[in-house]
Amino acid sequence: MLLCWLLFIPFIGGLACWATSRGRDNAGLARVIAFLSMAAVFVPAVVVWFTGDFSLSGDPSVAPAWQYEIAADWISRFGIEFHLALDGLSLVMVMLASVLGMLSVVASASTVKSRVGVFHANLLWTLGGVIGIFLAIDLFLYFFFWELMLIPMYFLIALWGHEENDRSTNTAAAVKFFIYTQTSGLAMLAAIIGLVFVHYDQTGVLTFDYNQLLTTDTSGAFGMVLMLGFFLAFAVKLPAVPFHGWLADTQANAPTSGAVDLSGILVKTAAYGLLRFALPLFPEASANFAPVAMTLGLISIYYGAVMAFAQNDIKRLISYSSISHMGFALVGLYAGTMLALQGVVLQVLASAVSTAALFILAGQLYERMGTRDMRALGGLFGRLGALPGFSLVFVVASLGMPATGNFLGEFLILFGAFATHPWFVVIAAGGMILAAVYALYMMHRVYWGTPDAGGTIANMRAREYTMMMALVLITLILGLFPNTVLHVTQAVTHDISSWFAAGVIAAAQAS
Amino acid sequence: MSLLVFTLIFPLLGAITLSLFPRMSYGAARTIGTASVGLAAFTTALVAIFWSAAGGFPFIQTLWQWIDAGDFQVNFSLYLDGLSLTMLGVITGVGFLIHLFAAWYMVHDLEGKPGMARFFAYMNLFIVAMLLLVLGDNLLLLYLGWEGVGLCSYLLIGYYYETPANAWAAFKAFIITRIGDVFLAIGLFLLYVVFGTLNIQAILHAAPSVLAQGGTLANVAALMVLLGACGKSAQLPLQTWLADAMAGPTPVSALIHAATMVTAGVYLIARTYGLFLMAPAVHELVGIIGAVTLVIAGFAALAQTDIKRAIAYSTMSQIGYMFLALGVGAWQAAIFHLMIHAFFKSLLFLTAGSVIIACHHEQNIFKMGGLRKKLPFDYAMFVIGGAALSALPLVTAGFYSKDAIIWEAVANGHGFLWAFALFGALITSIYTFRLIFVVFHGEPKTDAHAGQGLAHHLPLAVLAVLSTFVGAMIALPLDDVLPHDMAEASHWIELFFEVLAALVALAGVAIAAGLYLGNRKTVNDVVASERGQHAWQLFHGGLGFDTLYDRVFVRPFRATARVHEKRDWIETIVNIVPALTRGANTGLAAGQSGRVRAYAMIMFAGAAVLLALLMFG
Repeated sequence: MLLCWLLFIPFIGGLACWATSRGRDNAGLARVIAFLSMAAVFVPAVVVWFTGDFSLSGDPSVAPAWQYEIAADWISRFGIEFHLALDGLSLVMVMLASVLGMLSVVASASTVKSRVGVFHANLLWTLGGVIGIFLAIDLFLYFFFWELMLIPMYFLIALWGHEENDRSTNTAAAVKFFIYTQTSGLAMLAAIIGLVFVHYDQTGVLTFDYNQLLTTDTSGAFGMVLMLGFFLAFAVKLPAVPFHGWLADTQANAPTSGAVDLSGILVKTAAYGLLRFALPLFPEASANFAPVAMTLGLISIYYGAVMAFAQNDIKRLISYSSISHMGFALVGLYAGTMLALQGVVLQVLASAVSTAALFILAGQLYERMGTRDMRALGGLFGRLGALPGFSLVFVVASLGMPATGNFLGEFLILFGAFATHPWFVVIAAGGMILAAVYALYMMHRVYWGTPDAGGTIANMRAREYTMMMALVLITLILGLFPNTVLHVTQAVTHDISSWFAAGVIAAAQAS
Repeated sequence: MSLLVFTLIFPLLGAITLSLFPRMSYGAARTIGTASVGLAAFTTALVAIFWSAAGGFPFIQTLWQWIDAGDFQVNFSLYLDGLSLTMLGVITGVGFLIHLFAAWYMVHDLEGKPGMARFFAYMNLFIVAMLLLVLGDNLLLLYLGWEGVGLCSYLLIGYYYETPANAWAAFKAFIITRIGDVFLAIGLFLLYVVFGTLNIQAILHAAPSVLAQGGTLANVAALMVLLGACGKSAQLPLQTWLADAMAGPTPVSALIHAATMVTAGVYLIARTYGLFLMAPAVHELVGIIGAVTLVIAGFAALAQTDIKRAIAYSTMSQIGYMFLALGVGAWQAAIFHLMIHAFFKSLLFLTAGSVIIACHHEQNIFKMGGLRKKLPFDYAMFVIGGAALSALPLVTAGFYSKDAIIWEAVANGHGFLWAFALFGALITSIYTFRLIFVVFHGEPKTDAHAGQGLAHHLPLAVLAVLSTFVGAMIALPLDDVLPHDMAEASHWIELFFEVLAALVALAGVAIAAGLYLGNRKTVNDVVASERGQHAWQLFHGGLGFDTLYDRVFVRPFRATARVHEKRDWIETIVNIVPALTRGANTGLAAGQSGRVRAYAMIMFAGAAVLLALLMFG
């Protein structure tokens, strides 16, 4: 019941938003509906957070310990079910989605002016698709949501894109996004079907059920091929270098309000997919593949950092910085220890929050200054009220300052990976220097320096201030009281790490 | 003693209040900013009393469980022992005096512009971070403070952000210290993997059994910690940021870049001394780094024209002494000099600040001159501080702390390091009295208005008293924390070396007097000569490290980034795929032209090819 509620509320809310745009465009009502829909996801999730028991599972060799599970027949001929389940990992991801969803609505209030109802319908459907991804444990259903999420996202970029551009630039960006994700999605679909057949071959049961597929023996070369199918799809979404081409273009051309950027951030929660599917389903192949994946992670860290430094557009800088952040996640994922995986969860959450905040702030900056080109900005620290202060906080979070979640994410990853991969960790740690370089460089180009004139240009609105304060609090909670998250995800990460460890042993024996 | 946490809470509340209400009046900001640290200092005094009354045993206050991830358990715990209490006293005590002085200074420096609340918010936040650094019972909490002070240092160096040079000085400081921080982080990873914990006491306790004496593991771990310490404490090879850091307001230089943050490296090495005992080679390296830095920085201090930069190089040099002390195993002497240095160096910086304000923001010492008549109070203060810095015998605190180090160096059999230390002492008193003679003696070149008020006089006076032998009478409760200084020799030998060091210091004063009192003909001639010019340029620029690093690191990085400015090269390569697709599309579309003649041609050509294949195949 709860799961259906979490999943369907955004879709229903989206329909309601759509309905408001029939006849007269009732913008205010659409915004209220959209916000309340996301709040209706957030509140029950918080309740589960406090009441649920997420302690360590006893035996990871049996089926994973789901807090809530619901299954109904769907296409029974192929063993496809409408199967949702929730554990600590899905819970934190759903909460992230709902928080960013609420923020999207608030952030777009001052910039999205045309077809407000349709805009919010698309926004909510995207979010619904994302939540579906986090809840679905039937692989076909999972793929269904994976594809479903893309279509409203495409329209958001194409129709409400960056105001400075003409329509064709925005459409081109949207197409680029679509093709990247479609192609990689195809690889995943092929891999899913392949996996199902391997399972059928071994057991005679045709099923897309995650719990059952977990028992499939995926060792050997074919397992590696299937794993690569999953990996490719997730690496594109993460994105890891060299599959990152879509991100900066998409985010630079997305609506300036930041609403779509946030959905983009959610799309990037492909780290969830790697955690949920790639590692547990293919432990041995993943173990064999780990050096390659971790190398890609390192390349992403450095390449993202250098590219971020080289940008002139603030939003492109933030995009590339998030590529750099995800490089750390990739290193942690394939280190595979529980500590590293816990770090990955924190890193994904914290990076999403700080990146979201920076995007929203970039949008507010654009609204006030009329440009995002850092060559045309400078010396704004004293002239925009509280906005520069918030920017400072999130820039500092983004470079991994202790007391923020970003720091703990990176550090737990590196602590967790050091025992098995010391050199990877040493190289990755060097990325923290470049993170400081590009992040502070942005402060220097936008906020420090000689102002053009005196006086305040425009302060933040109360709504914007509240929103930012909330994000600051989340970042600090993740950094100072990380157990709020770690205790919820400990059972999941413990299980995944033990599967992965078994894969490492099997891989060592095979070679 | 659970009061301990309040030393953090007061400044933290101050920082939060000040940053939430950035537009509060000057008066409110000064009051909140200063009072919060004052309360922290008062709490520290109470804690010290209770702690020693309870017998002076280590006290742990666990605030909450910070991280619980499988085997990785880290508490947010404060650890109080003699060493952290000493640091606590310096940070809150000297910190309070500097805040008080800043309340006077910033009014004159800001001259009505906004930013008072921002200044004190950063300052209070700095105190919080610094306290966490010294009170953290595990290395991760220490690291939190460590990065936190780096951030506050960045923000305060670049406090006058409207001048781009200041912001870039801040940038440089942050990046260079961060390089050291990354090494420290790697050290943390290594220590956790080896010891299974980050608790400092547990690591120290287990070190002798877990690590092999002089083994690779011990050496690498100690080296990582050392490199981290070098970054924060501006020692070779990561020293280049400190002189530029003087772009910050002068109380910042006193608090962060003299009394507290830059000595964090010394604290760190002392705190983890057990690691260095297991890694003799790296331990030796600590002393060598200190010795080389103290001489290099001393030379650089000789050739500065900016009063603050001169004192900054002097700070670098004095921390070199502390490193040297650590390197020769004079742990307690290092911490003792750390405290005494905090007294006299913040006195020098604050007095310099007072002089700068009095001379209307003039910092070039050659544009000052003859100020002793107009600023008698500042003159007295500067002479007291300078005398302590030069370690003039018997009356100054510096004599007791620095000569202990020089003596320990020779007594522990490090003759080479001792020679450096002694030579450094000579340079120290030359550059110190050069400053005094150039600024306060000779012809007046500017008018000056002496500072007024309690907030101006009181901090200077208290620090001045502490810079004399009075300060040296403070007994530090370090015996239970750090090994005893082991020097054993007859009193006569010790006396001989102390007299020697004292004579060297006095000789330096005499040389400075000869060079800089009167018409300065000798020194001007030397500097004017061609070789003199080269030497001056070399010393003035801090011996060429900036140029070196610029060529080796900064320019290649910028060049790499410039290549990527216009386009993303990897993406360009990936874009070949759509380009090929489009090319194929164009080619195939051309085939469907709708012209019958073209179709017929192609059909015939195809038929011909098929025919040919059948005939010859």
